[in-house]
Amino acid sequence: MHTESINDKKLSLTLVDAIVFKHNVQPGAVIPVLQEIQEEYGYIPPAAIQRIANHLGVFSSDIYGMVTFYAQFRLQPPGKNVIKVCHGTACHLGGAERLTEAISQHIGTTEGRTSKDGQFTLERVACLGCCSLAPCVTVNGEIHGRLNPESVGKVVNKLKEEKTANVE
Amino acid sequence: MKRVDDKSWVIKVGLASCGIAAGGSRVFGVFKSKLEGKDLDVELKPVGCIGMCYREVLVEVSSLKGRVFYGQVTPERVERIIDQHIIGGQPVAEWTVPQEEIDSFMSRQKRIVLRNCGIINPESIEDYLDSGGYMALHKALTKTPLDVIDEITRSGLRGRGGAGFATGVKWLMTRKAAGSPKYVICNADEGDPGAFMDRSVLESDPHSVLEGMLIAGHAIGATEGILYVRAEYPLAIQRLEKALEQAREKGFIGNEILGCDFDFNISIRQGAGAFVCGEETALIMSIEGKRGMPRLRPPFPSVSGLWGRPTNINNVETFANVPWIIANGAGAYAAYGTDKSKGTKVFALAGSIARGGLIEVPMGISIREIVNEIGGGTASGTAFKAVQLGGPSGGVIPASMSDIPVDYESINKTGAIVGSGGMIVMDEKACMVDVAKFFLNFTQDESCGKCTFCRLGTRRMLEILEKITGGEGSEADIATLEELAAEIRKSSLCGLGQNAPNPILTTLKYFRDEYMEHITARKCPAKKCQALITYIIEAEKCPGCGLCIRYCPVNAISGNKKEPHTIDPDICIRCGLCNSICRKGAVIAV
Ligand SMILES: Cc1cc2nc3c(=O)[nH]c(=O)nc-3n(C[C@H](O)[C@H](O)[C@H](O)COP(=O)(O)O)c2cc1C
Ligand code: FES
Repeated sequence: MHTESINDKKLSLTLVDAIVFKHNVQPGAVIPVLQEIQEEYGYIPPAAIQRIANHLGVFSSDIYGMVTFYAQFRLQPPGKNVIKVCHGTACHLGGAERLTEAISQHIGTTEGRTSKDGQFTLERVACLGCCSLAPCVTVNGEIHGRLNPESVGKVVNKLKEEKTANVE
Repeated sequence: MKRVDDKSWVIKVGLASCGIAAGGSRVFGVFKSKLEGKDLDVELKPVGCIGMCYREVLVEVSSLKGRVFYGQVTPERVERIIDQHIIGGQPVAEWTVPQEEIDSFMSRQKRIVLRNCGIINPESIEDYLDSGGYMALHKALTKTPLDVIDEITRSGLRGRGGAGFATGVKWLMTRKAAGSPKYVICNADEGDPGAFMDRSVLESDPHSVLEGMLIAGHAIGATEGILYVRAEYPLAIQRLEKALEQAREKGFIGNEILGCDFDFNISIRQGAGAFVCGEETALIMSIEGKRGMPRLRPPFPSVSGLWGRPTNINNVETFANVPWIIANGAGAYAAYGTDKSKGTKVFALAGSIARGGLIEVPMGISIREIVNEIGGGTASGTAFKAVQLGGPSGGVIPASMSDIPVDYESINKTGAIVGSGGMIVMDEKACMVDVAKFFLNFTQDESCGKCTFCRLGTRRMLEILEKITGGEGSEADIATLEELAAEIRKSSLCGLGQNAPNPILTTLKYFRDEYMEHITARKCPAKKCQALITYIIEAEKCPGCGLCIRYCPVNAISGNKKEPHTIDPDICIRCGLCNSICRKGAVIAV
C-alpha cells in the first residue's frame, strides 16, 4: 500500500484562500497562516507566498522576509520522515554532534538536507525541552530521549522497515 | 474525586514530554489493556511531570495504605506490578524508587508553582478544581484590582522570565496606563536551550497559568489574554487548548466571569522558531505579524504594547505563582526566600547530573545543595566542575563557589544570571572554551541583525573561539575577546546582545587556565576540541569486534576480527563515534 505523504501533495490555491480567509485576511495573522500552510504541505510553496501577498496587499518579498526570518518555515519540501536533532545545551554536552554523524550515516544525507530517495530530512533544533533525557531527537514530531549513536540507529531502521512494509 | 478505600487503587503514569520520550504512552497503554476485564477497583490516571525526569517512565501506585513510585517502568514490567502489587498487595520492591532517594530529592523543595505537577491529570479541570483550583480567582474577584496588585507587590514576587522585575510594580504600571483595550500576554516562548520549566508547568498544570492570567486581567483591567507558546512544544499547546475549552465551558473564561463585571478571553499564538521573540517587544512584533525585532524601551509594553495599547507581559512561572499567592496571602509567599529575592524558583536540572529533572526551591538555597543533595551529584560520579546558569545570557559558576546562595543579587555578582532557571551541571568532561563557543554560536545565529555590534560582534567572537579551539589561538585573542565583549554590551538594544558576552566573560574569569592550555600548549584538557585530540585504540582492551569499523564514517579504522584494531590518525576526522560506540571503552582520546 502506498500512502500519500504530505510531500506529494499538489498545491491547492483554494485551500490557501480558505486559510487566509479563516484569519480574516489580516496582515497580523501572517504567521498563523504560514504555519497552517506548512502544516498542510510540509513547506511553504512559492505559489502560496504569491497568493498570500496578493490577498493581504503586500509585496511577496515581505512574506519571503517573514519566511526566512522564522526558523520554523521551510522553502523546500521535506522528505517523508523528518528527523530533528536537538542541539541545546544539555544535548550538546550529551553528544548531539555524534548523534547527527550517526544518523547521517544511517540515512545517507547530512544536516539541512533530504536524502536522494526522498525518505529522510535531517534538521537541527535549538532545544526540545526534554533536556533531562539528553540527547534527544524528534522523528516526525515524536520525541526520543536518552539516545546514543547505536540506539538512534534502531530508531532509523524502524522507519526504514516501515517503508519497505508499505511498498509490499 | 474518587473515594479511596483499602481495596481501591490509583495508578498515575507520568505523561509529560519527558515521560513520553521515555516510552510513557506505551506503558500507559499496557496498563490500560491489562486492567481491562479484570475486576479491580483501579483508577488509571495520566499525570504530568513530578520532576523526577531521570526516573521516567515514573509510575505511582497508591492506596489508603500508602504510595510507592516505580522508576524506569517498561511495558514488560506492567503485568508483574499489577499481579504482585495490586492483586497480591506486595510492591515489587526491586523496581521501586527507594524512599531515601525520594526524600533527598523532595525534602529541600518547596512546591508552589509545581504544586499540582505530577499529581493531577492536566487534561481534567475537575482534578484542578478538586485541588483548590480557581478558588483564587473567586477570591481575587471579591477584591478591588488595587488590592490584588497590592497583595502581589507585598509578596515580593519578581518576574521569572529572566530579568526579575517586580511583578506588582509592572501590574500597577499597566493598570494606571491610559488606553484600552489592555492586554495580558503570557510569555511561553522558553527559548533558553537547556531550560524546560515552562514546558513542564504547561503540560502538567495548564489551568494554574490560565488562572494567573485571569487574576492579572482583573487586576490590570484587561479584557484579552494571549499565550505565546513556542512551536517546539506541541504537547503544551494541545493541553492548553483543552484547558481553555474546559475553562470556557465552566465560565471561568468569557463574559461576566463568575457573575462579576469581568470579561476576559484567552487565545494561543504559536512562536515560529526565533529565540529573540522571547524578548517582550520582539514578541509583540511577532504577534502583530512582523519580523520579531526588539525595539528601544521606553515606552515599555505596560504603556504602549500590543497594537500600541497597554500590555502586561509575564512569564509562565510568574503567572503560575499568582493563584497560590492570592489563596495563601503575600506573607506566606514572602516567608520563603531572601531579603530581596522572595519565594521560590523552579530550576531545570540537566547536563551531567545523577537526578536530572525539575525542582522548585526557596530562593537562597546554595548551588551545592541543589547539585549534590537534590541532584545527587554528577551523572559520572566524578566531581562537578561548574554549573551554567541563565543559558546564552548567563554564565558559568565554578564548583569552588557553590556555597553562594541562589538569589538574583548573589548570582549577578558572579557574572552569571539566575535567568529563567536552566541549570546545566558540568563535570570534567566539559571543555569551558567549547561551552563558550556553543553559546556564541547560538547567539550569533539568533541575533535578529538589527544592531550592528550584536550581529557582527558575536560573529567575530565566535570566529576567535573557533580559532582557539582549532589550536590556532594567540594570547592577543583573549584581549580582543574582552574588548569586543565590552563593545557589544554597550551598543546592543536588547538583552540578547547585551548579555551575549557573559558566557565568554565568565569562562575567562574562572577558567582562564583552560583557555591558555588551548593557546599555549595546544591542548584541550577536557579532550573535547576535535582539532586538539587524537583517538587511539587501547590494544589490551580491544576485543576486535569490528563495531567501530562499521560505524566509522571515513573508514579510518582497520584490523582483523578478534584482533586489536587501529585508527589511522591521518584519515580520522575525530567525530568520536567510535569512542561512543565501543562497549569496552577501548577507544580513548589523547
Ligand atoms: C533575547 C531574550 C529572550 C527572552 N526570552 C524569554 C523567554 O523565552 N521567556 C520569558 O518569559 N522571557 C524571556 N525574555 C524576557 C522578556 O523580555 C520579559 O522580560 C519577560 O517575559 C517578562 O516577564 P516576567 O516579568 O514575568 O519575567 C527574554 C528576553 C530577551 C532579551
Ligand atoms: S538541550 Fe536538548 S532537549 Fe533541551
